[in-house]
Amino acid sequence: MGRYVARRLLQMIPVFLGTTFLIFFMVYSLPGDPVAGLFGEKGVDPATLAAKRKELGLDLPIWQQYWNYMTDIILHFDFGNQIRNGRPVTEVLGDAFPITLQLAALAFAFELIFGIALGVIAGLRAGRVADNAVLIFTLLIISVPVFVLGFIIKLVFAFELGWIAPNVSNEQNWSELIAPAMVLGGLSLAYVARLTRTSMAENLRADYMRTAIAKGLPKRRVIGVHLMRNSMIPVITFLGTDIGALMGGAVVTEGIFNVKGVGGLIYESITRREGTTLVGLVTILVLVYLVTSLLIDLLYAVLDPRIRYA
Amino acid sequence: MRGAKSAKWVVGAIVVALAATACGGGSDSGSKADKGAVDPNGIFSVELGEPEKLLHTGDTMESNGSLVMSGLFSTLVDYKADGSLEMINAESLTTTDSKTWTVKLKQGWTFHDGTPVTSKSFVDAWNWNANVNNAMGLASWFSDIKGFEALHPEKEGAKPTGDKLEGLKIVDENTFTVELKSPVPAFGHKLAYIPFAPLPESFYKDPKAAGEKPVGNGPYKFESWDHKKQIKIVRYDAYKGPNKAKNGGVLFKNYTTIEAAYEDLKSDNVDVLRQVGPKDLPVYHQDLGDRAVDADHSAIQSIAVAFYADQWAKPKPVDVKVIQGLSMAIDRATITKTVLQGTREPATGWVAKGVLGFQENAAGDITKYDPAKAKELIKAGGGVPKNAITIQFNADGGHKEWVDAVCNSITQATGVKCTGDSKPDFQADLAARKNQQVKSMYRSAWSLDYPINGNFLSDLYRTGAAGNQGGFSNKELDAKLAAAESAATLDESVKLFQEAEKSLVNYMPSIPLWYYKVNAGYSEKVSGVKYDQAGDPILTGIEVKK
Repeated sequence: MGRYVARRLLQMIPVFLGTTFLIFFMVYSLPGDPVAGLFGEKGVDPATLAAKRKELGLDLPIWQQYWNYMTDIILHFDFGNQIRNGRPVTEVLGDAFPITLQLAALAFAFELIFGIALGVIAGLRAGRVADNAVLIFTLLIISVPVFVLGFIIKLVFAFELGWIAPNVSNEQNWSELIAPAMVLGGLSLAYVARLTRTSMAENLRADYMRTAIAKGLPKRRVIGVHLMRNSMIPVITFLGTDIGALMGGAVVTEGIFNVKGVGGLIYESITRREGTTLVGLVTILVLVYLVTSLLIDLLYAVLDPRIRYA
Repeated sequence: MRGAKSAKWVVGAIVVALAATACGGGSDSGSKADKGAVDPNGIFSVELGEPEKLLHTGDTMESNGSLVMSGLFSTLVDYKADGSLEMINAESLTTTDSKTWTVKLKQGWTFHDGTPVTSKSFVDAWNWNANVNNAMGLASWFSDIKGFEALHPEKEGAKPTGDKLEGLKIVDENTFTVELKSPVPAFGHKLAYIPFAPLPESFYKDPKAAGEKPVGNGPYKFESWDHKKQIKIVRYDAYKGPNKAKNGGVLFKNYTTIEAAYEDLKSDNVDVLRQVGPKDLPVYHQDLGDRAVDADHSAIQSIAVAFYADQWAKPKPVDVKVIQGLSMAIDRATITKTVLQGTREPATGWVAKGVLGFQENAAGDITKYDPAKAKELIKAGGGVPKNAITIQFNADGGHKEWVDAVCNSITQATGVKCTGDSKPDFQADLAARKNQQVKSMYRSAWSLDYPINGNFLSDLYRTGAAGNQGGFSNKELDAKLAAAESAATLDESVKLFQEAEKSLVNYMPSIPLWYYKVNAGYSEKVSGVKYDQAGDPILTGIEVKK
């Protein structure tokens, strides 16, 4: 077990280097110059451009820029400064991540609780009315695009009923985040429900289930421990990768609800060719993915003792 | 069940009735507000994006930063809506030959940190902003002043040979003189622009920190900047200028989209908008009643020709008649009314409305829609090479709709094939222009820097000007513009520029399309909301209701 974890952690190093370099290189090769973009349509003289480039270290070759950047990160935990406003990237990320973390946590809780509950209901009543209702509901959510769902929620709850404010304010209270979290978690909720349902329906017919029932165990224990535990493996796998997606992929949702989180920051950094900010963001997201996937692999052994790690 | 249903209908009817009365009562509440009930210390909020850069006077050129700066700093002069000058920090601004200018400052002005505003505050600030080592984006604004090259050599990578502009001389505490390289009658108007604002001593100790927390001499002092969320400025009570704030301060709120800001305006979470998004344009008059704003804005949209492109340059330079013909094939009236929903006004010249020297119909017939004449002109000019053109634009700015409409109009009228050449974002669009990769034509827009017609002509169509990205060059026009720029008096300069504008028809460096308008709105909490020529709300005049 310990060796397995150590090996997994060591694997993170090449992944980390590879992703950062890829992002760095891709932003660099996009058409459009971040420094010229600073001055907009009215343009600026070449002398000022050169002075600005020199100040930012953008006049060096890409290899050297990458080298300087990585050594700063590793030795001083310095992610560099943004090109536009000279703010340290760590500070920019520090502003954006907490709010996205809040949003992602709410969305995750939402999809976890409601997704699994719906899946369990449908799985235990496979083929009956409740199952079909869940099927139709999830189909509906999957097929409606995120921005439409966001707009419908705003229209109904904010403008017609007046229960919520249409936008998340600068204080970013938990209560304001419920609506965007529902939109953000909605799609995954449908997948979680479907996965749970299928895996439950399948395992209901498994040998150990028959044995458990034959032993005369109470129904709660049969379903709660024997059935649920074994059916959760594919669901947990999905949920784990989804944490990363929730953190990074909320561009549309954050835009609709005026949330100033990671999604908008990624979008802005791409359009402004802010290579350093993007690499910082992606580095953290890569770490989130790596850590959650490790945790999930370890969880497998807890859920199903037959799975063992050397 | 049935009871519940009908109850819902009743509620619906009440909502409709309330809405109707609210609309009818709109004008009444306006007159009530005029009777008083204004809170002089009230703070209102304005929708504003995160400023792109640090708040430096020499580097703030985009609208998000400049609105904040306009509250924090006062320049020597400002201009009124008719284009004439108003003294702000200056007591007087005098010149006899437009070459040497004498500035006298008003006595007793202080920065927000309490230090006095003297002639040194101005001279030092200008020297710092002009120095190439500081890489300020607006440094070229000092290029009229004698000795600029020493601080800002043109060649890439060259080191400055001095740190002071030779043309600036401090006479005494409150007087200084500016000597220019040659007469510039518009120099007084240029002084209203933000790089010419003074800076306090504390600035030079740590310019970076000062850009995060600017100390100015304006009607408001800086309070806080919560990045990407809000910026707060409050009234500076010791302010001596004529434009004292009628409110307690301004909260600039950041939104991810203008649609979100509009929703917040309707639910009274924000008070003043700078712009209504395309989605809400059809309804905003209905939604806001007399709080909807529809004002002139000195900016113009045009299509510029990339003269270096093979299509126009080879085998021989394009005949101007072809471009005139293309211009006449665009049905501006219909496009502005339908596609742009009345938010733009057809242009009849190259200079935007609201600036000194604007003249109606400067372009003559070539902005009138006339398919027959258009076809004739193109034929007389030898036709459009390959019989096809493209218009380059950035897809992230909402331009696709009108580019398509303009293209349709051209194709229908003349049979010339026209397509949009979409670049993914503004950066890519700019890069293509800078590297001379525009294939045929490109979208070009210009908003005023100072309210004189020369700003729309000299900065766009002079050979080698920063805004001249289509490679247009014409000796005759250059001579005319140079003469206008260095005329002895402002009146004469404006007149010469007007003549130059009239002559642009013979060169057609670009096809003027339409003038911009401000389409905005404000909440019931504020009154006295007006917009300046740059399309920004005038902060100091806004009153907050109790």
